[in-house]
Amino acid sequence: MNTRLRKTLYAIRTENRSPAWDIGQYLLVMAALLWCMLQSTEGLGYDWQWYRVPRYLFTLNEGIFKAGPLLMGLRVTAQITLCAMALSLVIGLVAMLMRQSCSFVARHLGTLYIESIRNTPLLIQLYILYFVFAPVLGMGAFWSAVLALSLFEGAYMSEIFRAGIQSVPKGQWEAAYSLGMTTPATYRKVILPQAIRNVLPPLTNQAISLVKDSALVATISVFDMTMQGQAIIAETFMTFEIWFTIAAIYLAINLSLSFAVRGMERRLRHYA
Amino acid sequence: MHSRFRFLFVILIMGLLLMAGTAQAKDATHELRDASVISKAIERGTLRVGFSTFVPWAMNDKTGKFIGFEVDVMTKLAEDLGVKIEFVPTSWSGIIPALLSDKFDVIIGGMSVTTERNLKVNFTIPYDTTGMALVASKSMAKGFDSLADFNKEDVIIVARIGSTPATAAKAFFPKATLRLFDKETQCMQELLSGRVHAFVASAPLPAHSAVEHADKLFLPVEGTFTKEPVAFAVRKGDPDTLNVLNNWIRQKEAQGWLAERKHYWFETLDWASQLK
Repeated sequence: MNTRLRKTLYAIRTENRSPAWDIGQYLLVMAALLWCMLQSTEGLGYDWQWYRVPRYLFTLNEGIFKAGPLLMGLRVTAQITLCAMALSLVIGLVAMLMRQSCSFVARHLGTLYIESIRNTPLLIQLYILYFVFAPVLGMGAFWSAVLALSLFEGAYMSEIFRAGIQSVPKGQWEAAYSLGMTTPATYRKVILPQAIRNVLPPLTNQAISLVKDSALVATISVFDMTMQGQAIIAETFMTFEIWFTIAAIYLAINLSLSFAVRGMERRLRHYA
Repeated sequence: MHSRFRFLFVILIMGLLLMAGTAQAKDATHELRDASVISKAIERGTLRVGFSTFVPWAMNDKTGKFIGFEVDVMTKLAEDLGVKIEFVPTSWSGIIPALLSDKFDVIIGGMSVTTERNLKVNFTIPYDTTGMALVASKSMAKGFDSLADFNKEDVIIVARIGSTPATAAKAFFPKATLRLFDKETQCMQELLSGRVHAFVASAPLPAHSAVEHADKLFLPVEGTFTKEPVAFAVRKGDPDTLNVLNNWIRQKEAQGWLAERKHYWFETLDWASQLK
């Protein structure tokens, strides 16, 4: 009885409803949000100056394209994200192998690294690395930022890798060993190719986190997009316009990554 | 009979209209008066002041209490208004947006008057004057002894984001690389660890830090190289508050109270014992 009722309700909810209803709901929610925002800024007497924003993105002078501070910042954000992505893959892989290894020291070091990174705020890690360790190592702000982000994301990646490896059936290991393969060879030829297929979607999600987390490097004066935005706001006081613009750029980058993940998941479903 | 009634009736209506008109006019001024920040603060019994920590304008002593020149000023102001003071420490880069969104009533935070800021907020008459100074690292800026020495491609200068020193650094040293941090302590940290050539900040911090870290820092240029009036900032469209604050500053100036406090915080270091 109960299940039939639920089924009927479900049918009413999804199938016997025109898309206009959904679109209408969506527009209503959006309008309410916009209204709230406008009300609040109206109350502040905020002076919207959207026309001043484009010049901070780029300028066209006699047909010559010149990137403005925000796009230059976007380039730095991209550099940081790509460097940190590559480095965190390596760190994540090493940490995972350490945790899986038979050596007591390696296993515990791996655990210590992962737990300490995952249970402390990234901002504090960034500060400690930049203000405490970087002067000793002679590292600049850019590489401190890359290293801090890599260490942070690497801890999460190693867990993703571990899940991926554990998702490979035990029989595969046994089969490889029975063929006389060594452990490294087993990893390289049998386990990792299967594991990587399972971990690609969560890894891309981690990449999205990385793009968002990279905004924190503004606190150590690396001129990424967020920092450029802060500098512009400090001079022009266009608080809302600049932050909305920056948020829209981050959103565009991460939405395209999300769609990539979705496409990947659909493609990989055929192999599973 | 009828006509007399009608006459009276017309008079009555006219009187009512007249009264309504004057009441309307009264309402507008009353409303302005009642909506003013000062009236609201008196009504609430607290004055909410926004500021940011700048040595020696406002800082935390060893017990975590706020002390400094600015803190004395706001405490005195609240006392004279007969209200309690509510400290609202805010990061410098967001202090004007915070004022505009009514997080506090007034900024008393060593804010220099600039036209760009003045387009967003109203300033009182100045209660203080400040200027920028430069403190440099002995290891990085060896032998630099003029402002021109710092205007070079390979020089790195640090300043606080959103501060007038940051704007000045851009104007005075266009060739140098500028790095910005949210807090003065972070800028100082950069300078002490020898990663930047110089730190541009409002007086007296550069001079004080050069004395404090004589082994690492020095003053390449004596004194300040700009002069700026410092004022309270309030939201626009509030003449009453501006009037009260302006006249409060005039009184304190005439009494010599401001000069005396300024001397204590800026020319002596008697307060240093409260910090450590």
